[in-house]
Amino acid sequence: MNTPLYHLQQVEKVYDGRSVLHIEELSVYAGEILALVGPSGVGKSTLLRLLNFLERPTRGSITFRGRKFDGQEEVPLAERRRATTVFQRPFLLNRSVRANVAYGLRLRGQYDGEQQVADVLQRVGLQDVADQNARTLSGGEAQRVALARAIILQPDVLLLDEPTANLDPYNVNLIENIVRQMNETQQMTIVLVTHNVFQARRLAHRVTLLLNGRVIETAPTETFFNTPHDARTAAFVRGDMVY
Amino acid sequence: MGLILSGDPSLTEVVVLSLRVSGTALLISTLIGIPIGAVLGLRRFVGRPFVMALLYTGMGFPPVVIGLLVYLFLSRSGPLGQIEAGWIPRLFTPEAMILAQSVIAIPLVAGFTMAAVLGVDPQLQLQARALGATPWQATFTTLAEARVGVIIAIVAAFGRIIAEVGAVMLVGGNIDGRTRVLTTAVVLETRKGNFDLAIALGITLIGLAFVINTTVLLLQRQVSR
Repeated sequence: MNTPLYHLQQVEKVYDGRSVLHIEELSVYAGEILALVGPSGVGKSTLLRLLNFLERPTRGSITFRGRKFDGQEEVPLAERRRATTVFQRPFLLNRSVRANVAYGLRLRGQYDGEQQVADVLQRVGLQDVADQNARTLSGGEAQRVALARAIILQPDVLLLDEPTANLDPYNVNLIENIVRQMNETQQMTIVLVTHNVFQARRLAHRVTLLLNGRVIETAPTETFFNTPHDARTAAFVRGDMVY
Repeated sequence: MGLILSGDPSLTEVVVLSLRVSGTALLISTLIGIPIGAVLGLRRFVGRPFVMALLYTGMGFPPVVIGLLVYLFLSRSGPLGQIEAGWIPRLFTPEAMILAQSVIAIPLVAGFTMAAVLGVDPQLQLQARALGATPWQATFTTLAEARVGVIIAIVAAFGRIIAEVGAVMLVGGNIDGRTRVLTTAVVLETRKGNFDLAIALGITLIGLAFVINTTVLLLQRQVSR
């Protein structure tokens, strides 16, 4: 945990003249699980899109693996492909489960046979539905396919945007275990957006609270929940925050 | 029926020309129409509503009027008729008919493709890029998701131009052995009172459309897997 994988400085994102995100400074370290918590509409998802380089910051800079990007230039494809996002909704293609999982590899021209796909499907417990159309799956299964489609790429960074919202406890537990395993066995860096403080507590090494597009507090999970510095963090953790 | 089954050479010639003209026009309109439809469905730009209005007008445009316009452009005194260039088709040739049918089919292909692309969740583009797609790959992914609609666009356009009479009659002239196609032959034979031949031609036309549409639908089931 010395050199940050991501380092954000004075990053601001403006939509239609309205500033939705203003981060003075934030670091993500290689190999950690960082949870971004806060009420909905505070810019958590916007921040993830910036980290995946799907959008450019209006102002400020994002340093990724030692290279500084300030929103003027295009981030090279090879760098962008080091990160991937699993969104709240799985957005599966109207094809077989197998084809969905292979999609990212095919984009990279790295698809080499079905064994790779079979292994990952085994990992998310979906080896039996490989040939089924992905649209016929249940919500939890669909989200596991979305996760499989992301982890097969072996990304440096896995960005998770409310990956288990609206899922049943069985699937939540399954997905959380896979995420924890990816982090522990492969040192995959994970940034998790969640409105669920319990999930943040279960998974994260560090937690950041965002309010109105600003970072209120970033702290190791223990500190964040037990002895937060900011009164608003304490209120959020207690469930007293009205939003 | 005997006429169809016996493979009458003049009938065969008419069928082959019909397929050549409409097939070529379909290929041209697919190559032009699908990119137009994709751009209109995916990108927001200044003047887009105007282009969409033009497209909808084009989709409902009477083919015979398009035939008239193509006729006027290609005629000796028209703007294109005066230019002596190999790539500009002469009036009363199959190439002129291909041009007219392409103009009829392009708005149909583009319009249905646009509708199909608009039906795909716009968030899919974001997800595709998040998984590492280039802008081209993301666009192609959306088109692939819209494939059923795109196939319908092509089938609808083919149905329209193979069954079209007015425009090909005007710009082709229904010349025996040169520009006579199934539809114009039906008109001619009916006028002459050769109802047997007219019916045989009509059945052939319907049969062709059925065979082609069935093939496309079977293909579509294959690609949906």
